[in-house]
Amino acid sequence: MAATLPPPRLLPSGDSAVTVEFSRTIDDDANQRVLALDKALAASPIDGITETVPTYRSLLVHYDPGKIGFDALGDKLLPIAIQPPPPVTKARRWRVPVAYGGEHGIDLEDVAKALSTTPDDIVARHAGGDYKVAMIGFTPGWSYLSGLDKSLHMSRRQNPRLLTPAGTISIGGVQAGIQCLAAPSGWHLLGRTPVRTYQLHRDPTFLTEPGDRVTFFSIDHKTFEELDRAAEAGEIVAEQVDA
Amino acid sequence: MSRLVVASIGPASSVQDGGRHGAQRYGLTVSGAMDRLSLAAANTLVGNEPFAATVEIGPFGAAFTARDGAVRVAISGAPRNADVAGNPVAMDTSVTLKDGETLTLGFARGGAFTYLAIEGAIKGEMVFGSLAVNARAGLGSPYPRPLQAGDEFSVDAASGAPELRIELPNPVSGPIRVVLGPQDDEFDDANKALFLDSEWKISATSDRMGYRLEGPAIKHLHGHNIVSDGTVNGSIQVPGNGSPIALMMDRGTSGGYPKIATVITADVGRLAQTSAGTAFRFRAVRMAEAQDEARKFAQLIRNLPDRLRSADTVALNIEALSDANVAGYAVSAVDAGTWQVTAEP
Repeated sequence: MAATLPPPRLLPSGDSAVTVEFSRTIDDDANQRVLALDKALAASPIDGITETVPTYRSLLVHYDPGKIGFDALGDKLLPIAIQPPPPVTKARRWRVPVAYGGEHGIDLEDVAKALSTTPDDIVARHAGGDYKVAMIGFTPGWSYLSGLDKSLHMSRRQNPRLLTPAGTISIGGVQAGIQCLAAPSGWHLLGRTPVRTYQLHRDPTFLTEPGDRVTFFSIDHKTFEELDRAAEAGEIVAEQVDA
Repeated sequence: MSRLVVASIGPASSVQDGGRHGAQRYGLTVSGAMDRLSLAAANTLVGNEPFAATVEIGPFGAAFTARDGAVRVAISGAPRNADVAGNPVAMDTSVTLKDGETLTLGFARGGAFTYLAIEGAIKGEMVFGSLAVNARAGLGSPYPRPLQAGDEFSVDAASGAPELRIELPNPVSGPIRVVLGPQDDEFDDANKALFLDSEWKISATSDRMGYRLEGPAIKHLHGHNIVSDGTVNGSIQVPGNGSPIALMMDRGTSGGYPKIATVITADVGRLAQTSAGTAFRFRAVRMAEAQDEARKFAQLIRNLPDRLRSADTVALNIEALSDANVAGYAVSAVDAGTWQVTAEP
């Protein structure tokens, strides 16, 4: 058996959940361990766990204290959590169409100015990236992506917007994102995708899973309108390929 | 089938049940009743499952009319004056509305949320096992939004079962109990003490997403930005301005502010029913005590049917009258009007 890794911290989140924290910062190795623990618990469930929520650096484990106590659960979680994550053998990759700039990406020009380059260059760097869904949260389908090109790292807006459109493709800090529903956001809006990562009455309801790979490709605004209509009708307009 | 028609209703009222579990990993908010014990008590009175869908009525008044037959309902939660055709209806009792009769509810006198359970429960299209309204995500059934006058529910015709009351244990008083963490180490001892030793009030700008707490500013050790991680009902996060927010049922599934403490399961409903402007305190308890209380709370809800009693007419009217006598400290319409339904995180 391979050498074990340092144990995560077990942080109490009230009487019915525990945060299994692998790192305090955004760290791809920590995220691998989060997803590996999540997968291990799905494969061999521990009695009493009701739901798990993977995030960048920790796994939130909801449980029923009527079935298992905090200490007993910790004793079961730790031996699994210190195992090195198995190498990722198979991942899905989503190729996600994006209409960059203009009305769909109102911050593209400002981002280009702030980084002393052209909007086309920003699009090339953003679309050229190789991303991973690190977590999904905040609102349904909001996919937080790791893998943003270092040259695009910039702090969030001073004044968050109270409402940003459904399908917004944005960057904030070291993260990139695919936003599904209209929501408040302090990130920089580069474009919009017709892809719905969450759509009720579609199979699957949720398109992306933590661990999926993502790449973007640029489409013109006319294509956006066409794909948007198709997506509204329930079509999955992202292309799925093997990673 | 009968119908129950919403004759009038205030804001912050919606269909709520036990919530939508199992998809927080996709960012799907749990939602559900703010006060689970009152939800369960109202449902138990009319023979429903404890976490069946009810009308969660916000701090304003409301009225409901039976059509096309009789409808049996029950109310529990924030106390209010209630009557059917001038006859008082006590909290924590069932009542059958004859065809055409209207149940009228006044403002909440203390607390915010009252649950109207309907015999046979509200019917609709379940999404992830729940009818709970989550307006932001467009979820909830039969109306995926707050209720308004004219809305109606198709419901079972009243069974004719004898009316019941439910004897709930005396309300727990004293501080709202919390377990410290998950990020209490983002605060020094002085600021943790400030949180635990201060008097707090719930801001009028609170809603089902979160209760903003008014009191001293709590300072962070390392700034207010942490990498987003998961939240639970009752997470108390401290944003940059130092004013804590207790996350409630419509919370985002993840959040990027340090969470100093978490309200214990048994006290989330008590916090939900604390009126804006009322002073209260927190008290830290150990995990073992919190989990013991959580188990007792679950048992209390499971055993609610044992607390049902025949609705003795005389006792009921005395209770209703004594309820009416304390109307002197009712929240004013002005106070209740500051209760906002906001859409920011």
